[in-house]
Amino acid sequence: MSSSILPRMTTLRACFVSLALAFAAAPHGASAQELKIGLSSSPVAVDPHFFNNDAVSALCSHIYEPLVAIDADGKLAPALAVSWRTVNDTTWEFKLRKGVKFHDGSDFTADDVIFSLERPATIANSPSSFTTYTKSIVAKKVVDPLTIQLTTAAPAPLLPNDLTRIFIVSRKAAEKATTDDFNQGKVEGGTGPFKLVKFSKGENLQLARFDGYWGNKAAWSSVTLKFLPNDPARMAALLSSDVQLIENVQANLVSQFKSNKDLNVFEKMSNRYMFLYTDHRDTSPFVTDKAGKPLDKNPLKDARVREAISKLIDRNTLTEKVLDKLGVPNANPAPPGMFGHNPNLKPDALDIAGAKKLLAEAGYPDGFGITIFGPNDRFINDEQVLQAIGQMLTRGGIVTKVQTQPMATYIPKAAKKELGFGLLGWGVGGGEPSSPLRGVLATTDKDKGLGASNWSSYSNPKFDATLVEALSTIDDKKREKLFQDAAEIAIKNDHAIIPLYNQVATWASRKGIRYTPRPDEATLAQFVQPE
Amino acid sequence: MLVFLLRRVMQSGVALLVMSVLVFVGVYAIGNPIDILVNPEADSAEIERATAALGLDRPLWTQYLIFLQKAFSGDFGNSFVHGSSATQLILHRMPATLELAFAALVIAIVLGIPLGLWAGLRPESASGRTIMGLSILGFSLPTFWVGLMLIMVFSVQLGWLPSNGRGSTVDLFGLPVSILTWDGLKHILMPALNLALFKISLVIRLTRAGTQEAMLQDYVRFARAKGLKASRIVGVHVLKNILIPIVTVLGLELGSLIAFAVVTESIFAWPGMGKLLIESISLLDRPVVVAYLLIVVAMFVVINLIVDILYSLLDPRIRLNAAAD
Repeated sequence: MSSSILPRMTTLRACFVSLALAFAAAPHGASAQELKIGLSSSPVAVDPHFFNNDAVSALCSHIYEPLVAIDADGKLAPALAVSWRTVNDTTWEFKLRKGVKFHDGSDFTADDVIFSLERPATIANSPSSFTTYTKSIVAKKVVDPLTIQLTTAAPAPLLPNDLTRIFIVSRKAAEKATTDDFNQGKVEGGTGPFKLVKFSKGENLQLARFDGYWGNKAAWSSVTLKFLPNDPARMAALLSSDVQLIENVQANLVSQFKSNKDLNVFEKMSNRYMFLYTDHRDTSPFVTDKAGKPLDKNPLKDARVREAISKLIDRNTLTEKVLDKLGVPNANPAPPGMFGHNPNLKPDALDIAGAKKLLAEAGYPDGFGITIFGPNDRFINDEQVLQAIGQMLTRGGIVTKVQTQPMATYIPKAAKKELGFGLLGWGVGGGEPSSPLRGVLATTDKDKGLGASNWSSYSNPKFDATLVEALSTIDDKKREKLFQDAAEIAIKNDHAIIPLYNQVATWASRKGIRYTPRPDEATLAQFVQPE
Repeated sequence: MLVFLLRRVMQSGVALLVMSVLVFVGVYAIGNPIDILVNPEADSAEIERATAALGLDRPLWTQYLIFLQKAFSGDFGNSFVHGSSATQLILHRMPATLELAFAALVIAIVLGIPLGLWAGLRPESASGRTIMGLSILGFSLPTFWVGLMLIMVFSVQLGWLPSNGRGSTVDLFGLPVSILTWDGLKHILMPALNLALFKISLVIRLTRAGTQEAMLQDYVRFARAKGLKASRIVGVHVLKNILIPIVTVLGLELGSLIAFAVVTESIFAWPGMGKLLIESISLLDRPVVVAYLLIVVAMFVVINLIVDILYSLLDPRIRLNAAAD
């Protein structure tokens, strides 16, 4: 309580009032209504259209809602739209929810949707724009105040998935607002379960329950999301009850927390798909012979070598030992249960003899030398994972050096294709696997918007054709089959990348607090319940 | 005096210019911030748009000249990540850091001088030796470890003090201050102590050395012979004489307290400038990093200047013209 800053009389009075309120609001004599959460990120904005960034979007999800939501199982669910259907190949119709109020009390209508779809393009200084999800829309039509039709230039079966990223704000509240106005809490333009009280950059976000919310009311009258990116600080905050819930438990503390009778631990297989990209170019900068002399031919270009690398990696050891069980071996960009999951696509088992045979067939019976790169501050135990993979490959004859560095220096080099072989994780959001297929595996083509993160330089016209067809196939069954086929071509047949595992996301809370874990790793106060 | 000041201003200008070039080139060499900032789902067109929007499509020297031109009118550019003025972001975080630094300074003085005096007056006693032994620990234990231990003991085990954040603040002359509330004091105690640890040891050692030296001086003997009480000799005559070097050193150390509280701020989630700097570096937010370091350099220049002037006032034997050479 901040009551100590008030003069004494006021303090006393405030105490009585809050006591009275506490009794009035808790008919079951139930738990406190205040919730404090420790986040592992420090989001920079609460303007939902300024910065397309997972941490910012998770924060905004408390205040704003999209038309279509992703539920705790990673599937599409109605939010501000109750239903959606295709009118024809290039037109989607969304039926909007009735009786939804914005935080300022005004009604939610189709006009606000139009405004929210247009606003991302007006933010010129965005470091990463939401137009990625809105630019396929060429025409918007209000049929009636609760029905809207969106037309795209080409068939866009993934429009509902894209719209899970676009938060709806009220035109009236936000039309003249800047990003600073949003951050300072001057805009009451959301429909979400919480209203913004105060956003202190680098410190915390304070929220209050929105009592006019259309859905299930939140269990907490006030919520503080504290930004605690320092791991030990976040753990200490939970242990000392400064916060009741934290995300991303330090991997080596998970078992200790589980046996602590004052704490609960929640886990969920994340949709963060971890893999190694491999250089498909004729030469690769860090490939050498065993003595360390550069090779003029790139062994990674041979699919048999890539398959051998995959067979040399013991994924069970990685997930059980190196990751302290915070990983599940997985080869599929769409994890089990997600739309487009291909059950035929299984992670390769450890097979050293088979790998050596493949290497011999490819002309490298004695192996070769290589350097593997990766971050040391981004993924769960990333540095240890890379060290372990280095050992596993060296055991099979591929003498591997390991180089790790902070994400901020690693990513720019990898994006320039200066590294060739390294670790990457891809959060497969939106409830379907098109983003890694499009970004990582498709042949780089600026005009078609494909292959922006294809650091392997992998290119297979058959894969590209299958993916492009999937991206314009409206029929769900057919599209799912095409996604499955595409993943099979690139990963099972071509070994274009070497899939490893999916991370397991973790949360820990004080006893008495329950969290519904989510595969997108987001921490949302509306999913926190008293036990 | 005037010549000295003019020369100092010109030197500072050069230092700032060199610093800006170094940081600019340094951050550029790390990599392209766009690769960190742009969402992986974005296509090449979006990457190009963002590059142009942040002015990163121009050659480095053009970017630097644009920066320089604006910097002369006091504008260090907009943060890539926040989209708002880098200077504003830093100034917004500055009060929290200043408060922490001054709290640490006060702790260093209040604990360091009496302990140092004691150790200087009784160098051979058990208590004197203990104090000196502890000061070695204060010098050598890493800040992050001590910080975590403080949290483990006082927050996790005993539950006396909050483990993170800044308490509730009240506005004093328009600046948010937390040391005027009980909640705020509870929050600042551990981080300030952690930050002060090194300085406490420094002050103890300076005070002890000064005291030992002063106790042998003629004026102390004379005062004793005159029959003055021991408390007056130490509290007035000795203390006055040994304070000059302590004040000088602390003045200079204040700069480093303000500029490099990064570790303490991270561990205690103190919302100050240091935490902003770390976050900005990890996102390659060049405008904030450059502005931060320029502000720090400017701060050091000003502190050094004040110390030089104070020094000449305290000790007339020192002339500023000589100090400038």
